[in-house]
Amino acid sequence: MSELRNYTMNFGPQHPAAHGVLRLVLEMEGEVIQRADPHIGLLHRATEKLAESKPYNQSIGYMDRLDYVSMMSNEHAYVLAIEKLAGIEVPVRAQYIRVMFDEITRILNHLLWIGAHGLDIGAMTIFLYAFREREDLMDCYEAVSGARLHATYYRPGGVYRDLPNEMPKYVESRWHNKNDVKKLNAARTGSFLDFLDDFTQRFPGCVDEYETLLTDNRIWKQRTVDIGVVSPERALQLGFTGPMLRGSGIEWDLRRKQPYETYDELDFKVPIGVNGDCYDRYLVRIEEMRQSNEIIKQCITWLRANPGPVMVDNHKFSPPSRGEMKMGMEELIHHFKLFTEGFCLPEGEVYSAVEHPKGEFGIYLVSDGANKPYRLKIRAPGFAHLASLDEMSRGHMLADVVAIIGTQDIVFGEIDR
Amino acid sequence: MLEWAQSLLASVPPLLLLTAYMFIFILVLFGCVAYVTLAERRVIGFMQVRVGPNRVGPRGFGQPIADALKLMFKEMILPNDADRFLFRLAPLLSMIPALAAWAVIPFAERWSFADINAGLLYLLAMTSLGVYGVIVAGWASNSKYALLGALRSAAQIVAYEIAMGFALVGVLMASGSLNLGDIIEAQKGSVLHWYWLPLFPLFLAYLISGVAETNRAPFDVVEGESEIVAGFHVEYSGMGFALFFLAEYANIILISALTALLFLGGWLSPFPESWASIPYIGFVLGHGPHMFIAKTCFFIFCFLWFRATFPRYRYDQIMRLGWKILLPVTLIWIFVEGVLLYFEVPPWFD
Repeated sequence: MSELRNYTMNFGPQHPAAHGVLRLVLEMEGEVIQRADPHIGLLHRATEKLAESKPYNQSIGYMDRLDYVSMMSNEHAYVLAIEKLAGIEVPVRAQYIRVMFDEITRILNHLLWIGAHGLDIGAMTIFLYAFREREDLMDCYEAVSGARLHATYYRPGGVYRDLPNEMPKYVESRWHNKNDVKKLNAARTGSFLDFLDDFTQRFPGCVDEYETLLTDNRIWKQRTVDIGVVSPERALQLGFTGPMLRGSGIEWDLRRKQPYETYDELDFKVPIGVNGDCYDRYLVRIEEMRQSNEIIKQCITWLRANPGPVMVDNHKFSPPSRGEMKMGMEELIHHFKLFTEGFCLPEGEVYSAVEHPKGEFGIYLVSDGANKPYRLKIRAPGFAHLASLDEMSRGHMLADVVAIIGTQDIVFGEIDR
Repeated sequence: MLEWAQSLLASVPPLLLLTAYMFIFILVLFGCVAYVTLAERRVIGFMQVRVGPNRVGPRGFGQPIADALKLMFKEMILPNDADRFLFRLAPLLSMIPALAAWAVIPFAERWSFADINAGLLYLLAMTSLGVYGVIVAGWASNSKYALLGALRSAAQIVAYEIAMGFALVGVLMASGSLNLGDIIEAQKGSVLHWYWLPLFPLFLAYLISGVAETNRAPFDVVEGESEIVAGFHVEYSGMGFALFFLAEYANIILISALTALLFLGGWLSPFPESWASIPYIGFVLGHGPHMFIAKTCFFIFCFLWFRATFPRYRYDQIMRLGWKILLPVTLIWIFVEGVLLYFEVPPWFD
C-alpha cells in the first residue's frame, strides 16, 4: 500500500502575496498547513559588511534600503548609535524634526501595510486609498530631502537641513489642466509645515474611511479574528516587538520605555490588543496611525514656535556652510576631511534601538577607533516575526497563511539585509 | 424594397436563418463581454480613485479590442506534463455552456431562440456545466496551484448549486411553469408583483449563489490572486486564458440576466401601463427588451461593485455560508411560500 504523503507547495519567491521575495515551503494536508518553512536570503545585499568598508557617514543611505517602506526610522537607529558613541548632543529642533519624520514614516509604513494586508485578503480598494495618502507623505520626504523614498535625511548631529519654507507645486501639463493643478496645489501654498498640518487635519477622516471598509466588515472579521493567535508569553519568547507584541497585549513601546529624542515630552497613547490575533494587530496598527497623527500635530506646533539650528556646530561631524568653506582655511579642511575620510569614533561598542513601525530596530556598532565600523549588526524586527511564521500558521489554511504574512508586516529588505 | 427583403428572408431555409441569427447574437455577446471588461476596469477605477484604461481609442474604448488582439497573437503554452487533450478542451468546456445558456433567454415576449417548456431546467443544467471546465483545467494543468483551484471549485460548487436550485424551485412554485416566458408573464402587474418581493430571501440567495457560481469577488477563491495566484488557469496563456476570461464575463452577464428575468420581471416595465402611451418617450417607459437590458446592466454593475468592496472569503467559510445559511433560508422560504400558495395570499398568489 502506498504511503500517504503531504502536499508540498512552493509558495514564492515569485508570488503575489510573498511581500517581496519570501520563499515559503508549505507542507499541507489538503489546504491545512502542517509545516511552513520560510527560506530567506533572496534579497541579501550584505549591508552589514558593506558598512564595514565605508566611512560612518556614507552608510546612512544603506540604512534607507533595509526596510524600504520605513526609511527614516532605519536611519534614525544608525545615526543614534553614532551620536551615542561620539557623545554628540543633537539640537532640540533637529530632535523634533526627527520625531516628526519618524511618525510620518510610521504612517507611511502602516499605510503600505494596510494596503498590502487588505490586498492579501482580497480587499483591493483599500490599497489604492492608502496609496493616495502615502503620496502626500512622500511629498513631505521629497520636500526635505529631495528623494521620495531613500532620503538620507538624518545625519549624525542633526538633520540634513531645516524644513523648507515652501512646498514644491504642480505645474500645468498634458495630464493636469488648470483646475487639476489648482486643486493639487491647494494645500501647497504655504510652508512645509502648513502642508503637513493640512494633512494631519485630513488624515483622521481617511483612517475612518479605511475603517468603514474593513473594521466591521463581516468577511474581514472572519478572515482575521482568531487567525495567527500568539499568546503574550509566546510573543515574548519569540522575540516579538512593535505592533506584533502589542497586539498580544503586552504594553512595550521603546518610545515610552526607553524614550529617545523628545518622545518623553510628547503626549500619545500606546494601543494594545487583547487576543493576539490578526484582527487585534490590525486594530493596534490603525490606532497607531491615529496616535502618530497626534504626535505630528504636536511636533508641528513646537516647530512653528521654536526656530533654531538643526545640526550641531561641531564641524568634525557636520559640514560647514558653503560660504564659510569657500572663505576659510579651517572650514575648507573640515569639509575636505569630512567628505573624504569622514570622522572617527572612539573605541567602544554601542547598541541603539528605535521604535520602528515594525518593532524594535536596533543597531549594534563596534568601533575600533577608525573612521568605519569594525562591526555593524542590524537587529531587524521582521526577522524574529518571520521566524514565528511556522508556529503561527500551523493548523490554519492556505488562505490564512497569506493573512498571517500580511499581519506580520514583513519586508525583505530588513530580513535579508 | 422592404417586400423584396421580406421575400428574400422567407426564401432562406429557417434553419439557416436561425444559424445566422445565432451567429450574429454570439458576436454581439462577445462584444458585450469585451466591453464588460472595460466597464469593470473603468467602474472599479472610479471607485478606487484612479482613472482606468483611457489611452487606446477615445476614452479607452479601443482597449478591449487591443486586449483581444494581444491575447489572440500570444502563444498558448502547453506545460510539459499537462494532459494535452484535456488542457485544450477545458477552456471550451467553460465557454460553451456560458453561450449555450442564452438559447432560452427571452428578450421580450416570445422572443428567444428556443422557447422550450423546460427552460429553467435547461438553464440550471447549463450554468452547472461550466464548472467542469474549471475542474478539468485544474487537473489537466498538472500544477499544484491549479489543482488547489480545481479542488476549491469542486467544493464550492456543490455548496452553491443546491441553494441556487432551491431558489429556482421557489420561482417555479410561484409561477407554476418552467418556461421562462411564462415566468415573466406570471410577474405581470407592477413592481410589487415581481418576484423579488414575495421571494425576497430566495432573491438574495440566488444573487449570492450567482456571484459564487461565477467565481467573482468575494467568492473568487478558485482563482484567489493572493493565495493560489490564478488558481485553475495559472498555466494558461494566450487564447486559452482568453477563453476562460470570456467565459467568466459571459457568465456574469448570464447570471445578471437570469436574476433580472426570474426576480425583476425581465422585459416588464416598472412604470404603469398608461405611461407607455405617452407620446415620444412612451416606448422607453413601456415593456420591452430595453427594460431587460437595463436590469441586467444593474446587476452587472453590482458584480463590479462587490469586487471593489469586499475582501475574499476563505473557501471553508464559503461552504459554511452555502450549507448553513443559504440552504436553510431557501428551504424555510419554500415552505413559507407553499403555505402562502395554499392559502392563495394576495396580491401574489391569488
